[in-house]
Amino acid sequence: MNRVAVFFSGLPGCILPALLLLAWSSFFLTAEDQISVFLSLISLAACVIVAVRMRWGNVLRDSIAAHERLWDACLIAIMLALLVLFREDHYSLFLLGTIMAYATAVMGLNVQLGYAGVLNFSCASFFGVGGYTAAMLMAGTGLPPLLTLPLGGAIAALTGCVLLLPVLRTSGHYAALVTMAFALLFRVFLDVSEWFGGPQGIPVAPLTIAGLDFSRGISWGDTEFSFYLKYDLLLLLVLCLAYSLTRRLERSWIGLALDAVRSDEVASACFGINIQRWKITAFTLGNFLSGLAGALYAMMLAYISPANFTFADSLLFLSILLLGGIGNIQGVLVATVLVVIIPEKFQVIQEYRYLIYSALVLLMIVFRPVGLLPRKPRVYTGNPA
Amino acid sequence: MDLLLQYCINGLMLGMMYALVAVGFTLFFGVLDVIVFSHGDTVMIGSFAGLATYWWLHAFYPALALGWVALLVLMAAAVTVAFLGVIVADTMIVPLRKGPALNTLLATMMLGTVLRESIRLFFPDGSNPQTFPALLPGWSWSSGNLTLRFDNLVLFCGGVLIIFLIHMIINRTRLGMAIRAVAQDEEAARIMGVNYRFVVLATFALGSVVAAFAGVMNGLYYSEINFGVGLLLGAIGFSSAVIGGLGNIYGAILGGFIFALLQTLGAVAVPFASAYKDVFAFGAVIVLMAWRPTGLIAELSSQRV
Repeated sequence: MNRVAVFFSGLPGCILPALLLLAWSSFFLTAEDQISVFLSLISLAACVIVAVRMRWGNVLRDSIAAHERLWDACLIAIMLALLVLFREDHYSLFLLGTIMAYATAVMGLNVQLGYAGVLNFSCASFFGVGGYTAAMLMAGTGLPPLLTLPLGGAIAALTGCVLLLPVLRTSGHYAALVTMAFALLFRVFLDVSEWFGGPQGIPVAPLTIAGLDFSRGISWGDTEFSFYLKYDLLLLLVLCLAYSLTRRLERSWIGLALDAVRSDEVASACFGINIQRWKITAFTLGNFLSGLAGALYAMMLAYISPANFTFADSLLFLSILLLGGIGNIQGVLVATVLVVIIPEKFQVIQEYRYLIYSALVLLMIVFRPVGLLPRKPRVYTGNPA
Repeated sequence: MDLLLQYCINGLMLGMMYALVAVGFTLFFGVLDVIVFSHGDTVMIGSFAGLATYWWLHAFYPALALGWVALLVLMAAAVTVAFLGVIVADTMIVPLRKGPALNTLLATMMLGTVLRESIRLFFPDGSNPQTFPALLPGWSWSSGNLTLRFDNLVLFCGGVLIIFLIHMIINRTRLGMAIRAVAQDEEAARIMGVNYRFVVLATFALGSVVAAFAGVMNGLYYSEINFGVGLLLGAIGFSSAVIGGLGNIYGAILGGFIFALLQTLGAVAVPFASAYKDVFAFGAVIVLMAWRPTGLIAELSSQRV
């Protein structure tokens, strides 16, 4: 073990990167002029390059694995600190909410692709099913708004059942095609369907829980809190639940079965693992999480249109997972922050942002295909080294 | 009756275009076992390269006969796109193929975005649809609702000719034999003295030339080209190749025509909302995949344990 590894495995090694992350993200979110945006991006790029060069990614991952509770607490603390810091800034709070919603959706994708190995190129469509379910239910029925959240997830999972048969029967590129066709179909369907508002989209009523209206700000003393703060807190709660669910799933015997299905179907079938059953479970659970995140995101957005849930967005979710390191949900968190925030701040050079963003992902895939924080193989000996 | 015939003719034209795109997908899959999703955008680049050549010829040699212009436009598009295909294959796809298949798929999707955005940003007025010149004589023959255009006939015959040429190259030449050998077993082909890198690059050049023809054909048929057409065209080409069975050229051609048939059927079945035709076509693709999980003409493979 070299000195860097020793440092990162200690307590300050956990706190310091967390503080750096906090400092960087608050600086980046407040950066208005081009110079500070570029400065922060260059510093980030330098950090990433150094980290990749020195192979700190793996060291950091090991540190996270060793001090998991501490890291989780750190991350929640960072998020709360950012929320307090930007309590009046609508735009930054909205970005933070977007990050958390996307991260939850990618957790779902991670269960599918990272654990069970079920390809899904239509994650954004299930995200959208959740959003549209929330919109339609809140507009058309008198259901309590809080109930529409799990219903959004449930409808997304049900929609996924349509794809079950082709997804189970196909594999590899053929499976990629099935979900890709669904993503394209979903977008075109929303575009032409009158009932769902067509290309203009439909408004989503704000969430109310026990008389608490989520579309109004809170004033407390002299400070006026943005109304996004409530959504952010709820999203943080949902993200934490999704995170711990995924983490527990991964560690349980179910996670073991899913891993076996992903790595070798024939071998796991020989050991009596029911492949179909676990693929169905993973696919449905993943879609549920994506739909749940989509429902909450739609309420925060207050207005959704088909342009929010295109095939390109599904690709965005997939590239988040790939950048973070497939199967590692802590990596997902880091990658979501980068992928959501950077294009937003590229507004300064708005025209070129998609070009730069896709070129960056392309380079990443070519030069570090395992992602920023790759998943560690399971350790079976009692004392992880 | 006339209307039905008109639908058939339009469907055949579409099918030919899709078949030419799908052939590229299936050729690349054959030699490298990868899906190059940016192929749809390669087609789009082909039509833009053709347009640029036309502008250049129009500015410097305005007196040139239309037939020569058409030929030069086609050749310029083919050369540009073949060059692009070879560079992409050599720098990106061959190095990536050791990793998981998902990485290649995602990387080529990102490459497609890069190509699309480059045209949008760097081609003059690229964000708006561009008028593609009519390079073929606009003779037409019509009776009632039915209109037969001469240029469509030429394009269709050109497509048939291209497909025939590919068939000859694959089955009757040494290069074709090498391509088939690499597709069957890369290592064995290398042992037998096949120049692997050359064969892969030649396959990419071949597939890209076909894509260039599809691109110019697309421009001539719609007389308008758009930077964003590549994504849908790529998805359709991929679907066609998969419906037919990946790695099989005749399957890809069949798949292209089937996809056009599905779209036309969708347009006929729901005439009040022709936009539903894509919903119908992609839905049918999903059903087809559930019925025949490895395509209509299935890959000959067995699972090794």
